[in-house]
Amino acid sequence: MEMDIAINGDNAVALAWKQIDPDVCAAYPITPQTIIVEKFAEYVANGEVTTEFVCVESEHSALTLCTASESAGARTFTATASQGLAYMWEMLPITAAMRTPLIMAVANRAVSGPININNDHGDAMSARDCGWIMLFSENVQQAYDMSIIAPRIAEHPDIQLPCMVNLDGFILTHAIERMTMVDTADVRKFVGEFKPLYPLLDIKHPVSHGNMDGPDFYYPHKVQSAMAMEKAVEVCEQVFAEFKELTGREYHLIDEYRCDDAEYVAVVLGSSFGTMKATVDELREAGIKAGCLMPRVFRPWPADALAKALAGKKGVVVFDKHLSIGAYGPMFPEVAAACTELDKLPKMFNVIYGLGGADATVAGFKKVMTDVVNGDAPKITYLGVKI
Amino acid sequence: MTSLSLKDLTKMPVRLASGHRLCAGCGESIIAKQILMGTESPVIVSGSTGCFEVSTTIFPYTSWNTPYIHTAFGNGAATCAGVETAYVALRKKGKISEDIKFVNFAGDGATYDIGLQALSGAMERGHKMMYVCLNNEAYMNTGIQRSSATGMGASTTTSWAGSMASGKKEFPKDLTAILVAHNIPYVAQVSPHNWRDTVTKASKGFNADGPSFINAVSPCPRGWRFASEDTIAMAKLAVETCVWPLYEVVNGEYALTAESARIADGKAEKKPVLDWIKAQGRFKHLLQDRWEPVIESIQGEVDRRWEKLIKLSDF
Amino acid sequence: MVMANPNDLVVGGRILKPGSSEQFYTGDWRSFVPVVDQDKCIDCMTCWIYCPDNSIVFRDNKMSGIKLTHCKGCGICSKVCPKKAITMKEE
Repeated sequence: MEMDIAINGDNAVALAWKQIDPDVCAAYPITPQTIIVEKFAEYVANGEVTTEFVCVESEHSALTLCTASESAGARTFTATASQGLAYMWEMLPITAAMRTPLIMAVANRAVSGPININNDHGDAMSARDCGWIMLFSENVQQAYDMSIIAPRIAEHPDIQLPCMVNLDGFILTHAIERMTMVDTADVRKFVGEFKPLYPLLDIKHPVSHGNMDGPDFYYPHKVQSAMAMEKAVEVCEQVFAEFKELTGREYHLIDEYRCDDAEYVAVVLGSSFGTMKATVDELREAGIKAGCLMPRVFRPWPADALAKALAGKKGVVVFDKHLSIGAYGPMFPEVAAACTELDKLPKMFNVIYGLGGADATVAGFKKVMTDVVNGDAPKITYLGVKI
Repeated sequence: MTSLSLKDLTKMPVRLASGHRLCAGCGESIIAKQILMGTESPVIVSGSTGCFEVSTTIFPYTSWNTPYIHTAFGNGAATCAGVETAYVALRKKGKISEDIKFVNFAGDGATYDIGLQALSGAMERGHKMMYVCLNNEAYMNTGIQRSSATGMGASTTTSWAGSMASGKKEFPKDLTAILVAHNIPYVAQVSPHNWRDTVTKASKGFNADGPSFINAVSPCPRGWRFASEDTIAMAKLAVETCVWPLYEVVNGEYALTAESARIADGKAEKKPVLDWIKAQGRFKHLLQDRWEPVIESIQGEVDRRWEKLIKLSDF
Repeated sequence: MVMANPNDLVVGGRILKPGSSEQFYTGDWRSFVPVVDQDKCIDCMTCWIYCPDNSIVFRDNKMSGIKLTHCKGCGICSKVCPKKAITMKEE
């Protein structure tokens, strides 16, 4: 039975986890993720889940323990943010290369320094080359839904890659929103039983995991992961379709809003997609044919879907909540690369916004979009910062 | 295992196959072989990055006849703990019925230095696993750099002996004592020359009701500069000079074992540290007159630690 | 350099064949070879417990030779033998 509840993003993730009831969970507290593990620990303490819950001494050990546990044959979840993800970094590509489909919630937060606890995408973006599937959420409902969807994509026999479920720190993790929860029996049925590939605990078939490669194998193994990631494009859409059948909620590789007849499209990730939708409505009222889209799936990068959505547009404005200092926002070159497939390149602009929790408002977004339309926008705008 | 004879041990499964690429005469595979003879139950092995890990799992070949996992350098304890946690979870759910043992092998760099945090965490949490340090007293895999396990006076590629330096300036960290301070059920030091002592301790470690830690001296012909045929002799000398005492700490109770017990008892000679120094090229420079105080200092510290151990063991 | 085809590899760089390093012959590294004098050997197995390369072959509690495909010639067996039954000869 579906039920509407009021819940914050972290608790929504914990709720999805409770419904899935993974075999193992290991995590380390870090703001703004902590509520997830606190809540989950409460479920453990009250016997509402059967999960082995391990309070490790660091995020490095959290991801290590989870990678090993998943390799051993247990469905394993963890969560982190910011410095925690940075501390895990050594393990991120190892987890992916070992093809361990574990699930990690990331409560997106700025990375030090200076130390800052608020939301931006500096943590996730710094992890983007590590071979993980990366899903993003616009609101609490989506953080919950993506948590249920993630294992189906990650554990798919053709994929076998770890998956990050990203939700914006504080904006989603701590804000209480109304959402519809799926019936637990339906969640269990949807996610299904974990069928590990070559588990360590199958002692009758001893397998060596995490071996050393020379270049003749290292490179092909990387290509093998890339092939799985390519396949994930298809699998994501399949799983989204099944989820729609179950809940009626529709997701795609990219979610579009008023893009069909738009001349100017804003590309934006995470909770700001909602802000941008309101901006688009105001721009439309002001006579500007604007639209926006969000790459729900950041890895695999949905290049084809983006190219299709951006074909024939006059201008594309990429809003990045992170800055690759000395270059662009991380999403901008990727959108631009996707657009190279088009016969005619749209004019392309990059907006850096919201770093360390700086304002991301309709007024700000509207101003920069209007500047783009009027030909007043520089290539890179540092929204809200006067230089 | 009721009695320990070599004939019985030959009947144990071969868990580490030939064809690994450790240097000729390396102590590590000898220790691992003896450790893995400590249980007849199935074992899942994990390894921290290092000589032993690299040389046993070069794709597409593995030397492991047991399930094996490696993830990274400083996290062997967390890796092993992860497998053990999955085991506990799946056993609870009735998906596994076998009694499986878990062991992590790591070098001293991966244990004393970069992996100390993960090791401490895993021991504190009480995972039922054994952690074995293959202590060759330096970062041998990267080319003989000093670690906090390196003995004073040793010349390494980051603590050279030179006109102004006598090699490594510090005494080695007493990691075994740090593990004892975790109050885990079983902690021991072993040496491969005494296989009976090693296998017995491994058996106790595997059967401990909680985490166990074994620190093994692992002579390295390349890094210590001695002939590869002398690995076992060198291990024995480490014990005879009390540089590497053999002892165990069972639920907090210290006990000297084997040769070390005999030395404490006065039944065997405690050899001077000079014998140890003379036997290895890494200490060669210490034989110059000007470094005599260094040798005295090493002897003094070995004696101090040995006397302390005797007191702790209630001898 | 001949690159492996990703389609031929087990996912995740896993190795499914236990003990497959037996196919890798480290015997090539050797410059001294152990020679056993069977008349002196008492089958005590001391060499076996200390061999780093599992190269001492025991059959029916008898020392029946050295696996030269993998013996690296370290000389430990010769050194630990209580009866001096093993000598190292230059190859």
